[in-house]
Amino acid sequence: MLSSLGSAGGKSAKPSFVSYVTPEEIKSEKEPSRKEKHPDLLPGEVVFCSASTVLKYTQDDLSQRGVFGVLLCTNFRVSFVSDEAPTEEMVRTLFKNKLYGENDIPLSCVDNIYGDKRKLITGGLVKNKYPSKMIIHCKDLRVFQFSLSFSKEEDAKKIFQGIVHHCLEPKSLRCLFAFSYCENTSYPGSYSYCREHLRKKQTVMFDSVEDWTQDMKRTKGNCRVVSENSNFELSPKLPQYFIVPKNVSDEDLTKYQGKGLPMWCWSHHSGCALFKTASIPLVQEDNVCCRMLTAVAHNHLYSVKTEDLSDTLPTVQDILLSYNRFKQFFLIDNTTEFWMSDMKWFSSLDNCGWLDIIRQCLQKAVEVVESLEKENTNVLIMEEGGSDLCCVVSSLVQLMLDPYYRTLLGFQSLVQKEWVAGGHAFLDRSNHLHLKDKVESQSPVFLLFLECVWQLQQQHGPAFQFSETYLTVLSDSIHVPVFTTFLFNNDGHRDSLLRAESPHTQRSPLNCPTVWDWSVQFDCKAQDLFTNPLYTEKPKQDTSVRKSYRPRHLRQLSLPSSAFKTPPKKGFFKDEADNLKKILGVKRLSRWMLSPSSDSPQTSSSVREFYEAWQTKPLDYHGLLLPCLDGPSIRVWMQRYLRWIHDVQILGGGPVAMLSKVSEILGEVQELQRQLDRHGCTLTSNHKGARPRAKTAAAVIAARSSVRLSSSFPFVTSRNWSFKPAIPTSLLQSLMVTGMAGNLADREDDGGPESLV
Amino acid sequence: MTAPHVTLGEVLPERAVQNRLTNPGTENCSLCDPSVTLNVPLGAIGRVEKMGGASSRGENSYGLDITCKDMRNLRFALKQEGHSRRDIFDILFRYAFPLSHGLLLFAYLSQEKYEENGWSVYKPMEEFRRQGLPTDKWRITFINDNYELCDTYPTILVVPFKATEEDLRKVSTFRSRGRIPVLSWIHRENQAVICRCSQPLVGMSGKRNKDDERYLEVIREANGTAKLTIYDARPSVNAVANKATGGGYEGDDTYQNAELVFLDIHNIHVMRESLKKLKDIVYPNVEESHWLSSLESTHWLEHIKLVLSGAIQVADKISGGNSVVVHCSDGWDRTAQLTSLAMLMLDSHYRTLRGFQVLLEKEWISFGHKFASRIGHGDKNHADQDRSPIFVQFIDCVWQMTKQFPTAFEFNERLLMTILDHLFSCRFGTFLYNCESARDTNEVRSKTVSLWSLVNSDSTSYLNPFYTPESSRVLYPVASMRHLELWVTYYIRWNPRIRQQQQSPVEQRYMELLALRDEYLKKLEELQLTDSSPNSSHLSNSSASNAASPTQHINHLHTPF
Repeated sequence: MLSSLGSAGGKSAKPSFVSYVTPEEIKSEKEPSRKEKHPDLLPGEVVFCSASTVLKYTQDDLSQRGVFGVLLCTNFRVSFVSDEAPTEEMVRTLFKNKLYGENDIPLSCVDNIYGDKRKLITGGLVKNKYPSKMIIHCKDLRVFQFSLSFSKEEDAKKIFQGIVHHCLEPKSLRCLFAFSYCENTSYPGSYSYCREHLRKKQTVMFDSVEDWTQDMKRTKGNCRVVSENSNFELSPKLPQYFIVPKNVSDEDLTKYQGKGLPMWCWSHHSGCALFKTASIPLVQEDNVCCRMLTAVAHNHLYSVKTEDLSDTLPTVQDILLSYNRFKQFFLIDNTTEFWMSDMKWFSSLDNCGWLDIIRQCLQKAVEVVESLEKENTNVLIMEEGGSDLCCVVSSLVQLMLDPYYRTLLGFQSLVQKEWVAGGHAFLDRSNHLHLKDKVESQSPVFLLFLECVWQLQQQHGPAFQFSETYLTVLSDSIHVPVFTTFLFNNDGHRDSLLRAESPHTQRSPLNCPTVWDWSVQFDCKAQDLFTNPLYTEKPKQDTSVRKSYRPRHLRQLSLPSSAFKTPPKKGFFKDEADNLKKILGVKRLSRWMLSPSSDSPQTSSSVREFYEAWQTKPLDYHGLLLPCLDGPSIRVWMQRYLRWIHDVQILGGGPVAMLSKVSEILGEVQELQRQLDRHGCTLTSNHKGARPRAKTAAAVIAARSSVRLSSSFPFVTSRNWSFKPAIPTSLLQSLMVTGMAGNLADREDDGGPESLV
Repeated sequence: MTAPHVTLGEVLPERAVQNRLTNPGTENCSLCDPSVTLNVPLGAIGRVEKMGGASSRGENSYGLDITCKDMRNLRFALKQEGHSRRDIFDILFRYAFPLSHGLLLFAYLSQEKYEENGWSVYKPMEEFRRQGLPTDKWRITFINDNYELCDTYPTILVVPFKATEEDLRKVSTFRSRGRIPVLSWIHRENQAVICRCSQPLVGMSGKRNKDDERYLEVIREANGTAKLTIYDARPSVNAVANKATGGGYEGDDTYQNAELVFLDIHNIHVMRESLKKLKDIVYPNVEESHWLSSLESTHWLEHIKLVLSGAIQVADKISGGNSVVVHCSDGWDRTAQLTSLAMLMLDSHYRTLRGFQVLLEKEWISFGHKFASRIGHGDKNHADQDRSPIFVQFIDCVWQMTKQFPTAFEFNERLLMTILDHLFSCRFGTFLYNCESARDTNEVRSKTVSLWSLVNSDSTSYLNPFYTPESSRVLYPVASMRHLELWVTYYIRWNPRIRQQQQSPVEQRYMELLALRDEYLKKLEELQLTDSSPNSSHLSNSSASNAASPTQHINHLHTPF
């Protein structure tokens, strides 16, 4: 009812306006015209079609109960507006996304649509029929069930076809909501202000020479910044700016459109560095590969290891297949189905292989870390395209080695560097456009990366400034077609499209927000939940110690120019370099080029030793971080995958119960600090975490302490939940499943020999 | 045990030399390494065996193999020459299994002294009074004062007010081992009760007993429950099979106004094999490939799930005002698990450090869970079919609950681990013997120390800093495999790759912040004092304010937790 008043009638409380009808009268007058009911539309959002008296089933039972309302399809979302007035509490939902609500599904968030008898609906086949029941599975794992049988036939047909058309059928990139949204946002320059702001103080976007130079300086790398591609002359697939080893010649830059070019990712403090590259097709048999390897080797001490990730990690298709199996465990339509699957949960998980893929990626990253950290060799990782698993592994390596990337802004900068600038084909991998020829290239590679980050985070909580909630929200944002971050395949693609779509002059491209502009989705209070109350900043003194600890001359030693002068083992390294060339001549791209003995079983045992050696040292959250890869340590990302399933919500429990207490105390400590500051007291103590710059969730959670939190906080609030416990329904089934070996089960408890009979 | 050349007083470099000298000749032996110390209570030893013979070849083929009850096996390689293991084997065998050799359990030899006397933790009358008993419907009876009604029950029992002593005697003839339905817990508001008992002696012929039927009817009537729910913990197949040995279950036709629900929890043999399988996949190494499938094939967590969901159903019924009766076959294994877990869900008192001790003393120890038989204290017969990790399984269920509700329990994981360690250790009298009558005969209370003496003399180290009391709250854990986890820090604690943290990082951070808050409060207090007395000297006030102020301020700013 409230929403039917809409934005027009909503301001009737103006003092200058004297109303002669009571609000109740207005309401009853408006009631018949249900069709006008719609959610608050975003700028540029247009309603395509709608149907009233649609029944939205309550998710968690089979009783066919539900709520009536209007189902709409706009150019941004599928939206359900309930006929029932929202309760006050619902309006004040804490963790509200400003772009879409709990009954809205952004079009590109729709995963699959099912009709009657769970028949999968595919685009293009919808004629004049429509199902009485429509189930929508979302990419953020929500499940909606609508009944269309109470609506007018004409409306039902229209809404069903509309939804199918806009969610499942191919469309052009220009139809994505981002373009109409950005054209219609009435704050030209506000984002550019934000971006300017971001650039200076916050997320490094890696879209300028300065960003790259600075990052290289920060890690004390010694490579060459290439700006020849600033207008995408070299290749539209290459980043506008990037870094290559010093020894790469101008001539090589222009060859093969960037394929085979070792792109710098990160420099270790020893001087060695990590590079990634798109592998060169075998046909082009000149010795460019050899030259590139030599260039990488020259970076530090003439050592290089290469790893072709296509040989050792699953393909993007494997990743998609595994994930598709995995996600089915969470797209649950009803309680019975949920409990039926419960007994076989562990083996199902095991069989879909998703956790194993996560483990493999982490393991590969640990291998690379070992080479950099322990052996101080340069590492060149490669794969076809160089922008999928290379991104996963290179970003994981940097997260493990460099505490800066474990801060919120550092992490965002890392994603910008390795994924956005690094040319991960977000558009093709998500296939927002449902293009038939892109079905093959669809794959949740970026999600896989976030999964790996989550594993690291849950094993070493205090090392990360951002929270689990942040990662979950980031994974949802991939499917909100508003942010430039996830809409394009590479820098060149982004640039050309934003320019072409610009309503103004050719000079200023269309202004679209990046996902890092979190205020587009969440208000400040909700954003507080992005920070991890366990995180503490590094005590200041330590940095200075560490800096002076690294003697500069050791660095110099690694420079190619001086390499032959200083090192005592000069001859040895020279031999290695010669050797390298020989090997290169014969064997291309063999794994771990300079230590051919280490094939995979040995590698994994060496990784284990490396892990064990690291584990015996005291844990430093601001130092090297390694994941434990043992079976029990790799887990399911509970918050992301279980948040919408009613039966597994732990009411009043879950980790949030503990974390909120930490936040509470942290809030108090910060308040005390402010008071002390007012007294002009300089706190000499170097207590960890005494002064986090970012605000914490303390205030938010304290305000909510009256409401009972559940394990799916903050995504679902407990308001409409019964206090009845969930009782597993398929217990009898389990009896069959258990199928005991022998007849132990039939025996008496007090198994004296006489009762064995 | 070996390496007699090395004495403890020697300095390190010498030792290193000694090591190197002895190593080439003898077999490599971890005990030679001075950095390895093993601490295994003899009580935890389940089995000692000789490994290899005098003629065995190969490295480490000769020695001792020790199987422990706490999820680890130890192997010691010894020198083959000179019967080096004979003495140690004999001594170990004798003292690890004192009861089999006519010796006393260690608890009777221990001279430990503690500030607290743990035997005073549980006083049945006090506990029943806390629950609000007796009432006009429930009375306390001393009929079992000399263990005549039932030798495995405690002396003090709570029974329906309407049932006479004569009725109780009659009912006891129809319940296995005389374990009649008695009250375990009563809901303060709705007066619904949890009663526990053993199976009725129905037998093949389907015998009926009017007294038993009337007795259950009286239980039902006490708070006007419409239909009394009888939870039979067993799978129905097993309940039926029990008829052959004279047992059985309450038939629908004979017990009107009652409904029978089977909870499908398997027997002690199944549980024993399940834990054995679990040990196989975690010790000495964690299964590498297909960990999750291996875990599933042990069924351990599945059993946990069934026990928990049974308890949830009991708690749910009680919350709804329905009285319940819980039994299995004898009512001392699965029944104890179900009633105590349901009580843990329903009654926040049992979630405190002391309350939990009361719960164990009451539902497990006094009601005759056969600890001696299930654990085999001091007994060499390692293959005894009576042994089963029922209590370990219960503690695991409690752990699962503390994991799901990290702020609801006053005690921490350390308490649970300590309890399990001393379940085997025989250092304390708490878990010795099968029932109260046996404990009386063996004078456990006067001759041994209680585990709770140890715990309560050092209670701070067993407290959970996140504990937030919520007295009226019923705790329903989620009994889904999605939330059940393997208790890695217990079952895999002997694996060096599992990082044993003294404190979880969350806890550590919390304690740091608490300390920081107190420090700032103190500082602020000092500053405010200086501000209010502008001319006072800095030297004098700092010492004066120290003593009294911090506590005051804490009260002021403290949010209750």
